[in-house]
Amino acid sequence: MFGKCNNPHGHGHNYTLEVTVAGEPDPVTGMVLDLKELKEILEREVMQRMDHRFLNYEVAELKGQIPTCENIARVIWELLDPKIKHGKLHRVRLYESADLFADCYRNGAAC
Amino acid sequence: MSVKTELGRRYRFAASHRLHTEQLSEEENARVFGKCANPYGHGHNYVLEISVSGDVDPATGMIANLADLDGFVEREVLEAFDHHSLNEDVAAFRDVVPTTENLCIEIYGRLKSFPKAKLERVRVQETTNNSFEYDGDHKGTAS
Repeated sequence: MFGKCNNPHGHGHNYTLEVTVAGEPDPVTGMVLDLKELKEILEREVMQRMDHRFLNYEVAELKGQIPTCENIARVIWELLDPKIKHGKLHRVRLYESADLFADCYRNGAAC
Repeated sequence: MSVKTELGRRYRFAASHRLHTEQLSEEENARVFGKCANPYGHGHNYVLEISVSGDVDPATGMIANLADLDGFVEREVLEAFDHHSLNEDVAAFRDVVPTTENLCIEIYGRLKSFPKAKLERVRVQETTNNSFEYDGDHKGTAS
């Protein structure tokens, strides 16, 4: 089923995370949300949890799940969605490689 | 489940095409298609991006097994298109101009029967500056 991805000691990826937040630009600042704020949320919720970590063992939210690109993307969505207060999380795209990625959207929202 | 998850996969193929239609005069073809109407065609290194959706299997963590998806795309699209002339070698383009808009529609038609997940959309990048998408609703988008 999993081929070489099943090798016993795991393997790594240089993941790329793309986060899209949708909303009305603030009439004063012209921003949907302040990028600094988004960057802090990403650092706290995603980078500190996952960067340079063994996803199978060190990320509590992935416990009991296989850390496929689909599952990691969904966990990231669930971590970010409640934290984004300005604008609304529209899409989480996680690239595992240049040729493979997973997208998460709010269920029922137009893609 | 409040989150909809899609799997995206990228493939590459090289193919040639000529943008030209018998429905226009030579002058009109030249005006509409420019150098893309040159008589012997020209090639592109296409990038094909497809997105499929479905439930993530709780046992495997997957929407669809990549080996199944890759095999299907290889059989249905890449074998027929890679290093071929779209005009000469693909029956669908005998009377249809192989623009990348029409290429998206043709690829969507070939992939929509993938049995393991739902095809959401097809995106084809013709060059680094232009790409087209089709999601089956009969109106493509260009960017």
